Formats: sequence, C-alpha cells, structure tokens
Amino acid sequence: MNAEVESRLAALGKPGAGVDPADIAEVVESVLGSISGDKSGINLKLYEDIEALAKFIAAAKSDIASLRADEINTKFIPTASDELSAIVGATEHATNEIFEAVETIEAASGEMEPEAAAPFADAVTRIYEACSFQDITGQRITKIVKALEEVETRVSSLLKAFGEQVPERTFDAPPPAAAEPGPDAGAQALSDEELKNGPQLPGNAMSQEDIDALMASFD
Amino acid sequence: MAGVEKNMPILIVDDYKTMLRIIRNLLKQLGFDNVDEATDGSGALQKLRDKEFHLVISDWNMEPMSGLQLLKEVRADVKLKELPFIMITAESKSENVIAAKEAGVSNYIVKPFNAATLKGKLTAVLGNF
Repeated sequence: MNAEVESRLAALGKPGAGVDPADIAEVVESVLGSISGDKSGINLKLYEDIEALAKFIAAAKSDIASLRADEINTKFIPTASDELSAIVGATEHATNEIFEAVETIEAASGEMEPEAAAPFADAVTRIYEACSFQDITGQRITKIVKALEEVETRVSSLLKAFGEQVPERTFDAPPPAAAEPGPDAGAQALSDEELKNGPQLPGNAMSQEDIDALMASFD
Repeated sequence: MAGVEKNMPILIVDDYKTMLRIIRNLLKQLGFDNVDEATDGSGALQKLRDKEFHLVISDWNMEPMSGLQLLKEVRADVKLKELPFIMITAESKSENVIAAKEAGVSNYIVKPFNAATLKGKLTAVLGNF
C-alpha cells in the first residue's frame, strides 16, 4: 500500500473524524488500484457502475416515453409552425389590401388643391409608416419558427438516442455561409450569419438616436 | 450641398415586398420617382452593374446575399465604391451598426422608421432637397 493511501486511511480512522462516503469510495479505489495480480474486484466495481448507469438510462427512457415526446415533433411543432406562417400570410394580405386603399386615396388627393390635399398626404404617410409592422412581425415570427425547428431537431436527436423511431421532417436548409467579399477587417470579427440577429425586443434594441450617435463616433 | 436631382435613379433592396412598397411610396412622397427594386443582394448587384444608380437603400437580412455582403461588394467594386448606400434594417445591435460602418455604409436607419427619419438620412447623404 502506498504512503498516500496509508495516510488517508489513518485520517479516516481517527476518533471523531467526519467520514464522507465519497472519501471512502476514493480510498477503496486507491486500494484496489494498488493491488497487483488479481483485479477481479476492480472489474466487479466496473460492472456494478455500468449496471447502475444502464438502469439510470432505462429509467430516463421510460420517463421520456411517458412524456410522449414524439408528439412534440409530430404534432405540436408542425401545428405551431403552420399557425405562425398563417399569421405572416394573413398580415401580409391585409397590409396589401391597406396599400391598395391608401394608394387610391393618394391618387384622388393628388387631384385636389394642395392645401386641401395636405391632411390626406400626412395621413397616407402615417399609414405607410404603420404598415412596416408587417415586416417586423414577419421577422419576429421567423425567429420563433427557427427556434421551434431547433427544439424539434434536438428532441429528434434525443429520441433517436433512446432508440425511438422518429419520422423525418425536412426544413428549408440553412443558407450556406457565403464568402466574405469585403475588404474590411474589423467587421469580420463576427460573420454575416452571426450578425443576423433580427428585431430586438424593446429594451434590448438601440434607438435611432443611439445608432446616430454610434455612427457619428466614427467621424 | 444643394440641388439634389429628384429624378435620380435609386435602387431599393428588400426581400419583403411590403417593405419595398413602403419605401417606394415614402420616396415618392418625398419627390423621388425614379425607383427600381431588387429582393436580395445578388439581384441588386446585378442591377447596379447593369445600370447607373445614384443611391442604394438596402435591407440587411436577405438571402442568399445579405445587405452587408452587398455593401462590401459595392465598396470593393472600383466603379461602384463611391455609391451612397443607406442600410434600413431591423438589426439594431451595436455590433451590426459597427460592422456596417466599417464596411462603408453611408447611413443607417433602424426599422420601424418614419418618413421624417428617411428624409433626414437622405438629406445627410445627398444634401438638402
């Protein structure tokens, strides 16, 4: 037995010494490791550990199966993605309807006296500005759909790891990382893909004033 | 600078047709009628090489070629490198603004924006009109 093991055994044997089970296990392993010749004890412990691990995995598999995780992929995520896509389609359609109406108003007001037409022009401008919501909501929803796809992919991987049959569903392939053609060096710290963050939530986003100040700081 | 030619050819680039329509209509209200459109960076680059434009207004987040890549291509092209380039985008993180500035963007508008902001940036880039 080596000196370190002897020392630790002595420490454990002192009256009043607090004994941590982990310390005992470590010492036993050290003792087993120091034995030359027959190592059946080591094998036995290894088998016991593997058996415990197998039981843990079987229990986890059973728990996951009881959650019906397959439904996440086959039912919930496809439904959520379809609903979100429908929202984008509906808002786009509605926005185009608004545009048609506003352009009619704009054309009609163009034939009015400038003074009389001015309030219409202002109102039309505000409607155009407000309609940009469709672009922002579309980008936000696209971010959500991508997050759902990521969840679906990970659930699939988990189910496959536990031997479940997972129906394949194809997504649009992520865009290939395009070559960075630009001459600048600083902007290459983050790739273009890494810089595609989409709209930020209120509070996280920089305002136009913040951006103007940042732009001006380069001058 | 004064005397901006309202008939100058302007290229607007966005993959959302709704946004193209918004920008086109706002430009029209500001008196700029000569507007052409592209729905991604590669289509825009082709148009820029085929015809002379005096201003590009581009979104960032497009496929297959983004607005940032388009900007870098423009600045790397000896014939296009001086072309005024305004980015209109929902990308509002400081790293985005810095990357665009380092790539040579002329000005940067964050969505959603209003007509007054667009007018202000056009004035900053082109001069009073």
